[in-house]
Amino acid sequence: MLARRIIPCLDVRDGQVVKGVQFLGHQVVGDIVELARRYSAEGADELVFYDITASSEERAVDIGWVEAVARVIDIPFCVAGGLRGLDQARAVLQAGADKISINSPALENPELITALAREFGSQCVVVGIDSREEGGGGGREEAVDWWVKQYTGDPARTRDARRRTLDWAREAQERGAGEIVLNCMNQDGVRRGYDLVQLRRARGVLSIPLVASGGAGLPEHFAAVFREAEVDGALAASVFHNGAIRIPELKRALRAQGLEVRPCWS
Amino acid sequence: MSLVIVDSGGANIASLRHAFERLGVDSELTAEPERIRAARRVILPGVGAAGEGMRRLRERNLVDCVRGLKQPVLGICLGMQLLFEGSEEGAVDGLGILPGRVARLEPKPGLRVPHMGWNTLDILADSPLLAGIGVEDYFYFVHSYAAPVNGACVASAEHGRRFAACVQKDNFFGAQFHPERSGPAGARLLANFLKVEA
Repeated sequence: MLARRIIPCLDVRDGQVVKGVQFLGHQVVGDIVELARRYSAEGADELVFYDITASSEERAVDIGWVEAVARVIDIPFCVAGGLRGLDQARAVLQAGADKISINSPALENPELITALAREFGSQCVVVGIDSREEGGGGGREEAVDWWVKQYTGDPARTRDARRRTLDWAREAQERGAGEIVLNCMNQDGVRRGYDLVQLRRARGVLSIPLVASGGAGLPEHFAAVFREAEVDGALAASVFHNGAIRIPELKRALRAQGLEVRPCWS
Repeated sequence: MSLVIVDSGGANIASLRHAFERLGVDSELTAEPERIRAARRVILPGVGAAGEGMRRLRERNLVDCVRGLKQPVLGICLGMQLLFEGSEEGAVDGLGILPGRVARLEPKPGLRVPHMGWNTLDILADSPLLAGIGVEDYFYFVHSYAAPVNGACVASAEHGRRFAACVQKDNFFGAQFHPERSGPAGARLLANFLKVEA
């Protein structure tokens, strides 16, 4: 049976891995290649690298570290950050990345999703969505709505994309995305658990794989998001970077609860 | 060169070359039929759509070359699918080395397509490709179309339905998953292929 994926996310800035809280105030975590090697050896199922400033600085991702990562790890990895065209995407894939993830550029030009899927196949086209809960309130689930944010790498440039999250997720799927990474910004970096309500709603409108992002603080949060929102993968950054959660222990805990994960202790 | 990777124009070739480098083996990437025919072992990689994959093989005059190879050949992902008679994807004819046609995995409630992630195998027949590989080993799959479980299938996997995960007929081998991205288990499969009698 298909295993649920545990996916460390490495935010890249100026050639190093960084972590911020709710997208603000970044701190250096370490070297890209060293961290890639460590997570791969510890049993991560996949890695995602976000060049968090590429999109807001209007430049494409640097290819050098993509090649270096491809050389040392034997698990799949995805690269995101400012990819705006087929040539840039091809360069990243040819450097050894397995998938490319597009976020702000897909909002600028939704046709880009279609073009990438046609050229490289849906299986390597991931659409990342930064989503924030707005309105609603009063604790009524049905009153809540979620909206897409754009250029979240730079707080000064972050803006509303004027699209509802679920509508955009559905459109991305129809245009040929092979996977959606839904980053729930209200939860990002605060470690109170994934946004189960939003992710469950997204799961309901998608037939392609869905990866949860934002809010992981405890092993229970992973179990909850797999069980209750039925996501295919769960992405986290700070809890892995600071050692609060170790992947082998997390996977043992998930397996003990009957969730299918790829063992990493063999 | 003892190991040749057919330059079929796909974009995942770097990962494959790195995987062999980690096993201490250099590979040559080429689309020249005579270089391919002269190799001790041949890898047929591929990502993307079947129609594109066949078109690239035809453009490079590689269809008859691949069909006629006598040394061990390993098709990976789309490269394995192209070994079959044809694919529903674009209603395209394949190389016809293996019997059967590749068909789409249909999404249904609770079943996502593409089949993307780590899955296990059911071993159906002895094959040198699978030496030391068991039912507890996970491999990384990314695909929306899948090959039938028939006489050429030596290991199957399940995603909504059973499909061929590894195939072998004579000197032709195939893996639907990406061994180059499947951790230690994938490395073992590639090492097994390098040991197949050439």
